[in-house]
Amino acid sequence: MHIPDGFLSNDVAAVAAVPAVAAVAYGLRRASSALDERRVPLLGVTAAFIFAVQMLNFPVAGGTSGHLLGAALAAILLGPWLACVVMAVVLTAQCFVFADGGVTALGANDLNMGVIGALVVGFGVVWALKVLPPGRATYLATAGVGAWMAVMLGATACAIELGVSGTVPFATVLPAMLGVHALIGIGEAVITVAAVSAVLAARPDLLTVAPREGRRFAPAPAGGV
Amino acid sequence: MARRIPLGVVVAVALALAVGLGLAASPYASSSPDGLERVAETHGFIDQGQVHRVQEGSPIPDYAFPGIDDPRLATGLAGFVGTLGVFLVAFGVAYTLRRLRARPAAPRAG
Repeated sequence: MHIPDGFLSNDVAAVAAVPAVAAVAYGLRRASSALDERRVPLLGVTAAFIFAVQMLNFPVAGGTSGHLLGAALAAILLGPWLACVVMAVVLTAQCFVFADGGVTALGANDLNMGVIGALVVGFGVVWALKVLPPGRATYLATAGVGAWMAVMLGATACAIELGVSGTVPFATVLPAMLGVHALIGIGEAVITVAAVSAVLAARPDLLTVAPREGRRFAPAPAGGV
Repeated sequence: MARRIPLGVVVAVALALAVGLGLAASPYASSSPDGLERVAETHGFIDQGQVHRVQEGSPIPDYAFPGIDDPRLATGLAGFVGTLGVFLVAFGVAYTLRRLRARPAAPRAG
């Protein structure tokens, strides 16, 4: 979903950059309190994993591919604000080292693929886990739905930016973007759930957005509710 | 709780997985247009895309390591270098942010 330069008007690119820069700046400020010793290497490895898996385009319908965005995964591992920092590092490296995503569109890309997903999942999943029943299945399902929604909301933001830029009518581009990203979002959900369940099995204490402690969390659940 | 896997092991395994995927899996990724590119092709605005002049000098354009003829090797090397590089940059950012905070108090040496 990396927007190249030329797709967005300068005004739209500038306006989209404002919330992106604000979120990353706030994330950097928050980092001073959120970054305990163990999260320093975790932040590094989360960014590296997201970068690597973003390269792994998987095929979806009709000769189209998609790849992980990773904001949902970063938000579950590190919380919403550190996730904004992680996504900014990944997207900035992609832009300037790999010429992936436009320079003037970097703010919009960070908003669409980073900030929106990080905040929606970082806060939305936390809220959902409070109201839903506890348990491993609920937790992983919520993470998956959150990941799918992060992609859909990012695609919506991208469609709005393209529409307001006058590149393509909003009424045309929105259903097109949502249609293809509904499929890509399933890939996002699968990868996010796989990665989160691996961390859950190895070191559940490392998950910032953690499962609700209903009963003792065991690898083999004793029985249903 | 019983024994926990040490953090260093978790980080090392995850980093090895990431670097391994970047190196060995990326050459086999789908090269079809992604969702946005597909929409841009279908609705006729793909040609509006430009490469910014800042990006003309980008070190590894389009995830192909320069000077390598074999496209799979070029992509794999780009994935390897990129994944390690992103780890180092993100680690460096996090380390610096933490040090900035730790400087006034410095509760523990080392």
